[in-house]
Parts: sequence; C-alpha cells; structure tokens
Amino acid sequence: MSARFSGDRRAEFLLGASAVVVLALIGLMVVTILIKAWPSFSYNGLKWFGPGGNVEEQLRAQRDGSPIPGHGLFYFRAWPLIWGTIVTTAGAVAIALVVSVLASVFITEFAPALVRRVLDPVIRLLAAVPSVIYGLIGILAIAPWVERHLISNARKQSVIYVVQLSGADLMTATLILTLMILPIMVAITANTLDAVPVSWREGSAALGVNRWRTIWRVSLRMAWPAIAAATVLATARALGEAIMVAMVSGSHAFAANPLDGLTFLYEPVQPLAATILRESGGNTVGPLAHTIYAIAAVLIVSATLLSLAGWAAKQPLKRYGVA
Amino acid sequence: MASAVAAPPPDAVLRPPRERVSSWPLADRLAYGLCWLVGVGLCLVTAWIVLYMFLKGLSHFSFELFVESPAPTISQSTSGGFKDALIGTFIVTAIGIAIAAPLGVAIAAWLSEFGRPSWLARIVESALETVAGAPSIVLALFGLLLFSPGFLSFLSQSAPRGALAESFLVAGIVLSALALPLVVGATREALVQLPPRLREASFALGKTKATTITKVLLPSIRPSVASGIVLGMGRIIGDTAIIVILLGGTLRTEPVGNTPVLGTLRGLGSTLTQYVYYNSPAGEGNSHEKAYVAAFVLMMIVVLLNALVTRLTSGKRGLLARAFELLRFEPAKA
Repeated sequence: MSARFSGDRRAEFLLGASAVVVLALIGLMVVTILIKAWPSFSYNGLKWFGPGGNVEEQLRAQRDGSPIPGHGLFYFRAWPLIWGTIVTTAGAVAIALVVSVLASVFITEFAPALVRRVLDPVIRLLAAVPSVIYGLIGILAIAPWVERHLISNARKQSVIYVVQLSGADLMTATLILTLMILPIMVAITANTLDAVPVSWREGSAALGVNRWRTIWRVSLRMAWPAIAAATVLATARALGEAIMVAMVSGSHAFAANPLDGLTFLYEPVQPLAATILRESGGNTVGPLAHTIYAIAAVLIVSATLLSLAGWAAKQPLKRYGVA
Repeated sequence: MASAVAAPPPDAVLRPPRERVSSWPLADRLAYGLCWLVGVGLCLVTAWIVLYMFLKGLSHFSFELFVESPAPTISQSTSGGFKDALIGTFIVTAIGIAIAAPLGVAIAAWLSEFGRPSWLARIVESALETVAGAPSIVLALFGLLLFSPGFLSFLSQSAPRGALAESFLVAGIVLSALALPLVVGATREALVQLPPRLREASFALGKTKATTITKVLLPSIRPSVASGIVLGMGRIIGDTAIIVILLGGTLRTEPVGNTPVLGTLRGLGSTLTQYVYYNSPAGEGNSHEKAYVAAFVLMMIVVLLNALVTRLTSGKRGLLARAFELLRFEPAKA
C-alpha cells in the first residue's frame, strides 16, 4: 500500500469526512433557516420583536392571504409570544435553580446511602420522560385541578371579557417546565459538587466550620461556574420546549399582564416554540412559512448564544482542573 | 526482641464527637431541612408521575388496543387501537439509530484519536453542541426545507407543489440528529478515559491506528457506546415535535406505491408520542383513555431503557448488556 494513502490515512480521512459532512449539514441548517426567515425580518425590521396588535389575527391573515387593513401581508409583531417565552422560561429557570442546588447538596452531602441510591435513578427517569407525557399529565391532571381549586369564580369573571381562565395557564406550564429542566441542572451541579477536592472541605471542617457552612462557603462557591453553565443549558431547553408547552399553556397568544396581580399566574400564554407547532401545517411557502421560520431563527440563534454562554461560564472551572 | 517503643493502645485515639445538626445555628438548620424537603419532594413527585401514569394506563388497559389500527373517528368504540403507532415508533427509532450510531461513533473516534486540524475539531464539537441545544421543532423545520425540493424528494411522497417532505425516512433521518450528540458524547467520554497503555500496547505490537481503534479501543468501551445509543433511542422515542411535523397527521400507516418495505418507509404514519398528542385534549382525537394507555406504554419503554442505561453504566455487564454486545463495529475474526 502506498505510504501516501495508507490504512491510517484512509481511516482518518473517512472518519474526518463524516465529521465534516455533519458539520456542513449543521451549518446548512442555520443558514437555510436564516435565509428563509429573512423576508419576515426585512419587512418588519426590529419592530418584529415589539408589541402591536393581535398575533393570532396576524397569523390567520397570513394563512388566508388577506392582509390586515393598513398593513402588508408580512405584518407581524411577536411580542406576546416572546413575552410568553420569557415569563415561562425565566420562572421555570429561577425555581429550578433554587431547587436543583438544594437537591444536589442533598444528594451529595446529606442523603443517606439508601436515599441516594433511589434519587440517582429518579433524576435520570425524570430526564427521560417524554415531553408529551408531561403535557398529558399537565392537561389532564394538573390543569383541571388548578381550575377547580385555585381559580375562584370571581377571578374568572373579572377577566371574562379579555380571556378565559381554564387552568391551562402560565403557572401550570411554568411548573411543569421546571420539572422538565430540573434533571439537567441537578445532574451537572451534583457532578461538580462531587468533584470538589476533599482537602478543601476538610480544611474548612478543620477550622470548625459546620457542614452546611462548608458547603455554602467552599463547595458551592467553587461549583458556581458549573451551576451557571447548567442554568444556561436548562434555559436553552426551556426555550425550545414545544409539545408540553403547546398542550399546557392554554395556547392563546395572550400577553399575560403582571399588573393583574395573582390573576397573572392563571392567564394563558403561548411561547414561540409552541406557536411553530400550532401554525406549521407542513407548508414551506408563503408569508406564514416565512414568519414561522423567523420564529425558528430566533429560537436557534438564542439557543446557540446560550450554549456559547454556557461554555464561557464553565471556563473558570478549568482553573481547578474539574471541568 | 521487644521494640523499645510500645505501640499506643488503640483506645487512646481521641475522636471528636460526631457533629450534630442540632448544634448548628438556626439558619443552617433551616437550610438543612430545606435540602431534605427538596430531596424527598423530588422522590414523591416522580413517584406520583409514575404511579399516576401506571394507574391510569392500567385501568383502561386492553390488549385489543395493541392489535387494532387507529381510525380517525370521534367515537371511542370504533377509533381502534395504536398498533400502527407502536410499529411507527419502532421504524422511526430503527432508522434514527441506524444513522446516528455509526456516524456518532465515527465522529467520536475522529475527535478523540485524530482531531486534526484542531480548529476543525473544535468547530465540529461546537456544531454538535448547537444541535444538542437546538429545539427539536427547529430541526423539524429544517428537515421540511431540506427534503421538500429537488433531489432529496424521492425519500417522501410527492404532492402537487413538490414533495411533502413527510415520511418515515425523512422523520427518521431528522430524528437521528437528536441521538447523534448523545452517541458522540458517550463514546468520546469513554475513549478519553481509556488508559494510554492500551493504545501504547497496541502500537508496540505494530498495529496501525485504524486497527487499534476497531480492535482494541472500541471493543473495550462497548458498554459506554451502548449506553449512548440507548440514551439516544430514548430521545428519539420520546420526541413529538419532529414526528408531528415530518410524519404527517395521519394515524394509520399509509404506504406509497406497491413496493412492500420502501413504500412504508416513504409513506406516512404515526408514533406513540404522536398518538398521545392526537388523543390529548390538545389534539383532534381527544380520547383520554387511549391517550393514557399509549402514554403508559411509552412510559414503560422509557423506564425499561432507563434501567438498561443504569445497567450498562454501572460497569456490571449483566444479561441486558450482553445483548448489546452483538453491537460490534467489525465482524469478529477468530
């Protein structure tokens, strides 16, 4: 066999080629989605992200091909959808952050061996449950319960002319989303807490610091880059969750208003990913398709930025040789 | 001869008293209590989810559901079972894994054993991370674009305005993107953790790098590769967004043409996840009992796969792990 194309060279070439093909496909994905999204962005400009009118009407007008009076066919203001995404994601991530830190401290420090042996598979199972099952539980078990026990009739009447409160709402969606992103965060945080050098904790304990303070001051302080990275990854997952959110959030493109007080929690929302699911009837032409791809572009760009941020957040850990 | 210095009696070691939580300040005790609360709460919530699904699923359980094809009617008694969905799940998973497993192992081997030029390796890594973080619904939309026009349209059936880009093949190919990062991750992690002496010993025997990879490295990390694949299967089985968009809205398997296998693969169908979605209040079918049973079956599959991963990663290579040993990357030679 010639030295120029020996077995090793060929193997490297073949394996490398498969990697490059996948790379090219991924690049193609980002580029085509951006190209397909461009007409919607170029018509609306930065106002695409702003408020203005009823999103559902705008989408319907684009599907029917009959523009809203006074506007072009591409007219689209995504703010209610973006707001829904922000509120559900931020709420879920905030709750999950607290719960996951406590849970990982529990798993790595306090849990008796038996409980730990139960919790590890429990976390893995929670991560593996398909989102459609979470959605089914949410819509068939939790939403009716919320409607029956938490939403009073007076509350329903107070907003009846604007929106119907059905239990499939902001709060239900956020809570289930929390449950869905929790496993990732717990897994990463617990992993890092396990990797904290024993000598550091022993040093702290030798100074007479109790176990909780040691965790708080030494372990968690060292692990915070990993916790930040986990939070960012979880945010990306929460952003992109379509099925569960489409089933549970009420699917009504309504910008829930925090000024409504507690009613805010019971108002329906419709985040971006769920909108794609509802509106994409397999069509790749026409204004509606461009709008849908514009939403997809927003999602993939923010997901990519988030994974970059997660990478950046993890960098300080390299100092400790843990990452 | 007795030594000059006698060993101290073992009792003389003074151990400090075990630290008691009750001696902590109030704030610390509160935090400790919260940790327990969250830990136990997580167990309870998971137990509730699993029990709820099992009870609801079992209470509506009937074997007819497994052998009947679904029919698109509102009436509960005639809308059939989910035989087609079950078969669809298997088809889609098989296609996805058939693509993701070899490709993922190849990429992982290249990243860990070659990885030249290093800038390219880094770009490939971050691209894979992008896919891992990309919402599956965005992947589905990309599939729609990629497979509808031109030369890839033979994979799905044609419609008046070009191909529909909806078929088992298309869905399976796009679903493989979900499993790919997991396979690459598991394989690469295991390759990196292999002790260098394995490679050195193989090189010392005069083996080429290619032979070392296929004969030494990959066989010794088979459990890790298998667990990556099983995790990928879990993601494929559990995905709904790609199925809803790329497998058409039909519940029945609808083959195209008369070619037996290819016709089915190019045709439309459904999977368990889509069946659940269709029969949930969010879908058109809206028959809760059937959704519960299908979700129960889905849950059983997930729990089994999960147990498989636990088995594979715990290092003990039990019966299930041995089943996966069939998964060789090279025909065995005596």
